[in-house]
Formats: sequence, C-alpha cells, structure tokens
Amino acid sequence: MTSSKQALAHSASSADAAPGEQPGAAGRAHGRGTPPEPGPGSWRSKLYRWDMKASPYAFISPFFIVFGAFSLVPLLYTAWYSLHNVQLSDLDGQSWAGLKNYENLLSSDFFWNSLWVTFTIGVISTVPQLLMAIGLAHLLNYKLRGSVVWRVVMLTPYATSVAAATLVFVLLYSWDGGMINWMLGFVGIDPVNWTESDWGSKFAVSTIVIWRWTGYNALIYLAAMQAIPADLYESAAIDGANRWQQFLHVTIPQLRPTILFTVVVSTIGATQLFGEPLLFGGVSGSKGGSGHQFQTLGLYMYDQGWIIGNLGKASAIAWSMFLILLIVAAVNLLISRRLRKSQ
Amino acid sequence: MRTSTRGSRRLMALAAAAALTTGLLAGCAEDSDDGPSNEGGGGGKTTLTVGTFGTFGYKQAGLYDEYMKLNPDITIKENVTTKTDVYWPKVLTRLQAGAGTDDIQAIEVGNVTEAVQTQADKFVDLGKEVDKSQWLDWKNAQATTKDGKLIGLGTDIGPMAVCYRKDLFQKAGLETDRTKLAEQWKGDWGKYVDLGKEYMKKAPSGTKFVDSASSVYNAVLNGASERYYDKDGNVVWEKSAGVKTAWDTAMEVATSDMSAKLKQFEKPWDQGYANATFATVACPAWMIGYILEQSGDAGKGKWDVAAAPTAGNWGGSFIGVPTASKHQKEAIALAKWLTAPEQQAKVFAKQASFPSAPSAYSTLKPADATTEYFSNAPITEIFSASAKTIPTQYFGVKDQPIGTALTDIGILQVEQKGKSPEEGWDAATEEIKDVLGQ
Repeated sequence: MTSSKQALAHSASSADAAPGEQPGAAGRAHGRGTPPEPGPGSWRSKLYRWDMKASPYAFISPFFIVFGAFSLVPLLYTAWYSLHNVQLSDLDGQSWAGLKNYENLLSSDFFWNSLWVTFTIGVISTVPQLLMAIGLAHLLNYKLRGSVVWRVVMLTPYATSVAAATLVFVLLYSWDGGMINWMLGFVGIDPVNWTESDWGSKFAVSTIVIWRWTGYNALIYLAAMQAIPADLYESAAIDGANRWQQFLHVTIPQLRPTILFTVVVSTIGATQLFGEPLLFGGVSGSKGGSGHQFQTLGLYMYDQGWIIGNLGKASAIAWSMFLILLIVAAVNLLISRRLRKSQ
Repeated sequence: MRTSTRGSRRLMALAAAAALTTGLLAGCAEDSDDGPSNEGGGGGKTTLTVGTFGTFGYKQAGLYDEYMKLNPDITIKENVTTKTDVYWPKVLTRLQAGAGTDDIQAIEVGNVTEAVQTQADKFVDLGKEVDKSQWLDWKNAQATTKDGKLIGLGTDIGPMAVCYRKDLFQKAGLETDRTKLAEQWKGDWGKYVDLGKEYMKKAPSGTKFVDSASSVYNAVLNGASERYYDKDGNVVWEKSAGVKTAWDTAMEVATSDMSAKLKQFEKPWDQGYANATFATVACPAWMIGYILEQSGDAGKGKWDVAAAPTAGNWGGSFIGVPTASKHQKEAIALAKWLTAPEQQAKVFAKQASFPSAPSAYSTLKPADATTEYFSNAPITEIFSASAKTIPTQYFGVKDQPIGTALTDIGILQVEQKGKSPEEGWDAATEEIKDVLGQ
C-alpha cells in the first residue's frame, strides 16, 4: 500500500511541476537529467534543457491527442447529447431535455430487460469460460508433445472475426436443418428454436463468446502458471500433495492476480457485448429477438441511436453503461484490496 | 436496387461489423472522415461519386462505363454500403455536417419521407432540371416536399406479383395456370390465404404454402392506400385500415401451419428457396433476381409468376444530389442520365429492377434466361399492369422502425413463439411506443 501511495504522491508532484517547465522558466529548473552545462545562460544550453524537458511530452502527446479527439470529446459530447432531445435526422434541432432521457430509461422495460440480459449472458459466458480456460492452461502446462501447436490452436478462435464466427454459429443453431438440433434429434430431444427461445438464445450467444475467448484467457493463465517457481511444486510433492492438490493449493493461489485481471477484462467485455448478439439476430438483430430475449445494453443503444434515430436516449444509455462500468471497476478494486490483505 | 422495406440486407457481415464499430465509437464526431473524391481538378477530369446500398445494377448493367465513354472528362466511382440500416444513418450525419457526402446519394423508399421532411434543404431541387412527367406520379410524389421541391429522381419500383412453384402446386392438386390462378384470388389476399389452406390439405411433404407471415403482411400493406401515417404526416398506424387488413391476414397465416416461418433475407430463407420448402412468395419485381440467384438451376422452369390479388409497391429507390456536392452540375446530369427511361430499361434487362418511368415499359425485355426460368411468364406485362394501378402511399419519418416492430416483434412472436395475435399486437404496440418516444 505504502509504495503505491508514494508513487501517487510522486506523480502528483511532477504533474504540478509541469506547468512551470516552460521555456522561459528553464533557468529556474534544476531537474534530473539536466547535466551541468558550462555557461548556464547560453542559448544553446537553454535549448538543450528545454529539449530534455519537453521532448518526453512531445513523444507521448500523440496518444493523448488521439485519445482526446476520438475518446474524450465524443464522451463529453455524448453526455451533452444525453441531456437533449436529439434526432438523428435533425442534429441541429436539439432541445434541452434535462434528465428526461434518463428518467425514460429508468421507467423503460426495455432498458431493464437489456440490463438483465447483459448480466445473465455475462455470467453464463464468463464463468464457464474462465473455468475452462484454467483447466486448459493447466493441461497445457504439462510437458506435451507439440505444445506450440496446441497453443496456437487455442488462439485461433480469438483470431477469427466476430462476424465470421457468429455466422457459422447461426447456421449451427438454425432452427430446422441446423447441426445442433439435428444432433439433439438423435438423443430424442425436440428441436429448439434457438433464436426465439428465452434461455436458448442466451445460451447460444454465450457459446459464441465462450468459443472465442476461452483460448485467449487460457494463454494468459498459462503464461502466469509458467512464472510460478518450480520449487513450490517440488516442495508440495515432497509433502505428498498429488497433482490435483498441487493445482488447488499452489497454482490457484499463485494465479490470483491473474484471475482477477481476467475477471475484470471479461466483465468489461461482457458489459459491452454487441457484435455476437447483433449478428446472431439476423436482419433485425438490434432488437435481440422478437421478445428482446438477447438484446444487450449495447444492442439497445444501437437500436435507439441508429435504427430508431433517437440519439438523445442512445447517449443516455451510453452514459449509463459507462457508469455501470465504473461501478464494476470500483467493486473490483474493493475485492482486489481485500484479496491482497488476506494474502 | 433490390430493395425492400427492410432494405436489401443480405448479411455482408464484415462490412456491417466494421461500420457498426466505427459508428459506435466515433458517433457523430466522425462525420467528415473521408471527404471522398472531390479532388477531380487535375487534367480537367471530374470524379463523381455515387453512394448506394445493396445492388443497384448500374455497374452491373455497364451504365458507368457507358457514361464515361460518352463523357470522357468524367470518372465515376461507386461507394456501396451493403446494408440500408448502416447506410442511411451515415448519410444522415454527413448531410447535416455538410461534408463527406457523395455527389449522388441513393435514398430508399422507406427513408424518402424522412429525407423530404428533414433533409430537403440539403438536396438540390431536381424538379427544374428534369421532365417530371417521365416518372409515375406517385413515385414523384414520394420525393416531393410540401412546397414542390423534388429531392430525388426515381430509380426502380417494386410492383407486386405472386411467384409460385408450378410443380408443387401440381402435386397439391391446385390450379397451375397463371391467369386462372390470378382470377381465383383477384382482389383479396384473403382468397390467397384460402388457397393456402387448400394447398396444405395435400401439400407435398416438407413444403409449406408461403415463406412467412411477414411477407404476406408486407404484400397486403404495400397495396393499401393507408399505412402508418396519414397524408398530413400524423401517426395513425393503430387505426389504419391498411394495417388492420394486413395484420389480420398475416395472423391467419401465422396461426395456421401454412407458413415456413422463415425470416426474409436470412440464410434459412435462402435455403428454403434452394430446397423448395415453400410454394409461393409475394413477389415484388426485384424478387425475380433474388429467386434466380437462390433457387439456382434446380428451380429452372418450375417457377411461375401470377398477378397479385391487389396491386402494390414494395421497395424502390431514388437518387438525389446533395447540395454539399462540389460538382453539382455534373452530378445532376449524371443522375438525369442514370434514371432516364432508356437506362432504366437496361437495368431491368440485367437485374429485373422495375423502371419507375412508364415510357420504358414498351421497350422492356427481360433476359431470355429469366423468361425461361419463370416458365415463359410475361413478367413485363404482369408488373407493368401492377405498376400502373398502385395507389399513392404516404410514408412517415419512422416508417421503417414501426414496420419492423410489427413484423419482427409482433408477427414473429405469434408465428415462432406461439403467442396469441393479441399478445403479438400488444408487444408491437409497446415497441412502437418506444420508437415514437411516447
């Protein structure tokens, strides 16, 4: 804890110093990295010092400029829009709405539905995905013949485009003639209408997510597992722990920070889930099925903004999503603190 | 030009996904990213860009090459966005930014009212440039503002017929002659549904009478004079006689077993064509090209075309010249040329997109292969006859999303989830309230 506090204080003080580091004030500065120069007043040395100070900022500025132009400005603009009545067809004709868009959202069944859908699909895709990823990583961690091949294969789904993957899944899940219903038929189960059934559609969308991301997470776990010192296992083995016990009592605790990281990343991904359900839904995908059974928050926002053309409300949804993500981040922070304390 | 109220949406998913991501991330700040092509200047050559969605057929029919040959100082570039629901929001934002539009911009019939009512000042008034009498009156009316400004020139239209599988009809013991069939259901889609019940009694195994209840709904609605809005632009969908007839007819289909329960423009629908799992489909002119493509060689000579119970128009587009175009004069000349009757006839010969200029009708000739495919049906005459009796329909600003709510929420819930017609109607109502912000 203390070290991070120090780091914070440090960065804050250097930020404070930044405005002072103007060319004119260069003589006053005596920061690190300024070598003792003969003739401190000379123009050359001023330039040199200025260069030392300013260059780093110049070098990192592209990111911040791009971030400002393409993330920050749209973000703030979206906030502005969310307080107005704005139609896509009449961007200039906006009128002040105050918090009405948010009030509408809170009283809209579709909003709560999409929140629920996002949550459920998030849970049923993230939990099995991460469990499977740990299992796979554990297997890959054994000495295997052709281990590189296995690892590359694991990453292939991740490298596939969402669109291509989803289109294949759509065919697999097709109501009549789809492979999955065909196989269910062998076990004597009636065909399921995967796009229209409530849980069936959520399950189907989750499998696409699971398929795409399991390998990716497994590789992250694998990397972390390989960083676990071998002597921990050796001493565990000497103590008589079998493979499973080693996994449970050595691997998992050592992986804790990594698990936390993947949970956070997956949660953010799940909150923003968009491409898979949109394409899964076909021609009117933004509705998420005739009963909105798989309309996630992302889809609801897209539907409001670009299909219906109600940009004010869509902006309000965007900001609500942003707030939800902040809450998720805060909860995660609390949990990670507690975890660190308990260690 | 193969368009429908849903636009021509054959899933070109990659393009869609890419466009969606940029749309989401950058929203409205991104309007003027790629101010296209107006850098003509050099060497006296002017580059004109044409923004379209789906397959318009201009390129396919060789019109661009022909025009460039006639006008050596013009180069034409077409920018295609496959899906209408991606294309149109992009056009809207660019029009309002006054930058980034193409020199000619296509407008789908489902969006034309929105363009007329909200974007009229962003388009050049073409009324003074052309002889309006070459187009069907109702086609002009759709693109004309209250003060008489014409913002788009008509391209194709979607006069309606019924396409049916002669072979399946025969197996089911139904009449197969197109004239007699048309007589049987003349004037009322209800009679068409009755024939469907006949069909189902002796239906060849694995086949249904019609592809979907939504297609019947659209067919009926597109022949009604009142849709979701009245002449003055008020929302009247709940009381509209057209909607009621269309809904009731569709409900009869949805609650019987005569529908294959497919969603149009989705993969299983295409497979339905390929495997001949449904015997009829409501057939706007552009559907001819679609059937040709999807049914393939196996369907050759088995399809036939009969006049629809009521005349109607499903789909069709316009092309307009944005005032933001830097080459307005050249763009207007090109737009005029592309939509002239002779050129419309050429597109028809290639794509079966039906002309909106009646003077082209006498010269229309479908490709021989098409005629052969559809059992030598006189498709030109059938569609021409339909085109001339189509009522003027008034569209509204939110026409598309209202329609989607009724078909993809309301009808689908009844057809695929087994909900009652009342429940379907209520679900659609709730959706439309959300659409209209009520």
